Amino acid sequence: MTQLETPKTTAVVTHHEVPQKWKWYDYFTFNIDHKVIGIQYLVTAFIFYLIGGLMAMAIRIELNTPDADFLDPNLYNAFMTNHGTLMIFMWIVPAAIGGFGNFLIPLMVGARDMAFPKLNAIAFWLNPPAGALLLGSFFFGGSQSGWTAYPPLSLITANTAQSMWILAIVLVGTSSILGALNFVVTILKMKVPSMQWTQMPLFCWAILATSVLALLSTPVLAAGLVLLLFDINFGTSFFKPDAGGNVVLYQHLFWFYSHPAVYLMILPIFGIMSEVIPVHARKPIFGYKAIAYSSLAICIIGLFVWVHHMFTSGTPPWMRMFFTISTLIVAVPTGVKIFGWVATLWGGKIRFTSAMLFAIGLLSMFVVGGLGGVTLGTAPFDIHVHDTYYVVGHFHYVLFGGSVFGIYAGIYHWFPKMTGRMMNETWGRVHFALTFVGTHLTFLPMHQLGLQGMPRRVAMYDPQFAGINHLCTIGAMILGISVIPFFLNAIWSWMNGPKASDNPWEALTLEWTTTSPPAIENWEVLPVVTHGPYDYGRSDEGKPTAQTAASV
Amino acid sequence: MKQIPLGIITLIAGILITLISLWVGQNNHLLPVQASAQAPLVDNFFNVMVAIGTALFLVVQGAILFSVIKFRRRRGDNGDALPIEGSFPLEILWTIIPGIIVIGLGVYSVDVYTEMGGMDEIGHHGMTHESMMAQPKSNPIGIGSTPATEGKPPSLVVNVTGMQYAWLFNYPDSDVNTGELHVPIGQDVLLNISANDVIHSFWVPQFRLKQDAIPGQPTQLRFTATKTGTYPIVCAELCGGYHGSMRTSVVVHTPEDYDRWLTENRVAQQPEMDQTVAVNP
Repeated sequence: MTQLETPKTTAVVTHHEVPQKWKWYDYFTFNIDHKVIGIQYLVTAFIFYLIGGLMAMAIRIELNTPDADFLDPNLYNAFMTNHGTLMIFMWIVPAAIGGFGNFLIPLMVGARDMAFPKLNAIAFWLNPPAGALLLGSFFFGGSQSGWTAYPPLSLITANTAQSMWILAIVLVGTSSILGALNFVVTILKMKVPSMQWTQMPLFCWAILATSVLALLSTPVLAAGLVLLLFDINFGTSFFKPDAGGNVVLYQHLFWFYSHPAVYLMILPIFGIMSEVIPVHARKPIFGYKAIAYSSLAICIIGLFVWVHHMFTSGTPPWMRMFFTISTLIVAVPTGVKIFGWVATLWGGKIRFTSAMLFAIGLLSMFVVGGLGGVTLGTAPFDIHVHDTYYVVGHFHYVLFGGSVFGIYAGIYHWFPKMTGRMMNETWGRVHFALTFVGTHLTFLPMHQLGLQGMPRRVAMYDPQFAGINHLCTIGAMILGISVIPFFLNAIWSWMNGPKASDNPWEALTLEWTTTSPPAIENWEVLPVVTHGPYDYGRSDEGKPTAQTAASV
Repeated sequence: MKQIPLGIITLIAGILITLISLWVGQNNHLLPVQASAQAPLVDNFFNVMVAIGTALFLVVQGAILFSVIKFRRRRGDNGDALPIEGSFPLEILWTIIPGIIVIGLGVYSVDVYTEMGGMDEIGHHGMTHESMMAQPKSNPIGIGSTPATEGKPPSLVVNVTGMQYAWLFNYPDSDVNTGELHVPIGQDVLLNISANDVIHSFWVPQFRLKQDAIPGQPTQLRFTATKTGTYPIVCAELCGGYHGSMRTSVVVHTPEDYDRWLTENRVAQQPEMDQTVAVNP
């Protein structure tokens, strides 16, 4: 339980000239306030989510029939490539780390801003040009070699578009490194002294693990991509087999980042889950330390599993076995988290808010995705289903059922804090129902497609798979429709929604002790932590209810 | 009426979940026909994982469903729940049990992989001298000899070349070139796989075997077909715009049919051997 007091140690800030709230146009400037930057990240990411979603709709319409009758096959590949790239690099990573991380980390650790505010703004402003490069690449045919960009294919198709794609990824990679550095320093150095490490919200632990992972792995991807750029434009031959290059080397460099990227996408979401579930179940999180340490364990083990993407390419047998075992072991800390959340629900007093619905939805989706992931981790079975729709189904369960549900849960949970207004709960439930049904209908049948023999990344396929594909397309249309109630709800509520109190969910983490939306510099006086972040159900003495926390 | 003790309910639930999982594991019918010696190994392994997965799915989803029904907030109750922070024995239990399961699966998968021929490090038994010279860089990687065929030369060697957007099959012993793979049933076949332009991936779903064709890196697949019929060969690695249409078939013949096919094609291809490469319908 946290609480605002006015002890002698806190500095009183005097900034009478500074306005207490940002105006709308501040969100379009080089603002250095972490909350503005967080919202900039989120809004930009949601725009790219819509664009990437429209691409997904086009892909599913194409796949409704076995022939390539809707899109030209090269354009199909460009859509497929950029759908994946946008969703990973411009939507989930910026929304989960950049958006929620920036908005929440200083508030949660009791800081006035990030450690390096200007660096933070620079990190954000690297994103729009990256998105522009990706979208602009369509004027040059669009990068067509998949989001993995394996050479030699990426060396011979649509060179200008591929170069633009590389530059875009290097830009967001740089953004990611700058952001990660900022998070590590902020969490390690700017936590209020009164907060013990074991009193730090689990979202902070998750972002810490994410940032360490990003710092270790992103430079390797950048290196691989720069070599690829040289091969395309400057006549080098790092990955050109007929000139002594090695195409498998690229795969190692690529997956050394891009497998951990999966954890970059899911660890912050795990953090969001650990915040949302206890509040709406009115119970302390079950096994705080286990959940915190499992984030760090996933971060470390996650660096040693990348070869499981290469079981059918040129990898020696010992490597396939080592990476089978290491991949399977990641399931253990992930399981610890899932069991922890289920146990938090058990015996709670669950309030079915929209945020909680998405959190519980995530939990049940992630179990399916996780079990599929274990099967994929084993070399002998992976050989059969590698590069098939089984994999597509699996990673959409993890990334849509996992990450996207988590982002939605986070938006419904923190919307009052971010905007000072409540979202409409009824429309939130409609949004949840459509999303939940759509996700299962789209991605569950894909497992069957892959097992039966449909490869991924194809514009045309064997007619025997037409029936199941039709089902997936219907599901995808439902998913497409599901964003409409959400976006209308978010925009309308932001402008006209009922005013939110400072702590509408009666949560106990520090961000709820300031005003909604938080004032510039977050607090008049820095908060002092007197209790843990999840002390629900304890004695009422000194417990900040919505009113007391606001009034102090 | 007295309540049934919790232990009994748990026991019955456990037995039910076990029975359901075992049944689903054996009767999922998710995979296509088995047509190679490797397929039953992979399928048995998959079925074990399905059984374990079903059990875990039922337990976890059951717990979630039970919680959201039983522990929903009652109208008018705005209080908090009991502050249970954790349980060390429970946390140890749910760390150790998954740990044992995944390590068991890991050991089992190594075993299956060895049986399939994946641990064959030497892997150059079937290499002809020509291909050794053409690809001097390294030994082929992929599925090689199984413990049963270790050290024995394969009965049939086929050179497979992937190119945008077709597969070429060359039978070095009989100078036959085709666009469709023909193999006799029950024979130890070795495919030497290479790629001309970009990475392709040779996949026969009914064989449960897949191997990338990588420019500059020889790869191999060694298998025994166990069921006659025609099965699709699919390119599984994105290789360009028409990747989806890079499909052909593998025909598994009886030995007599195979000999007939080989004789016909050898004769048919003799006159124009030096002009065409691979245009057998």
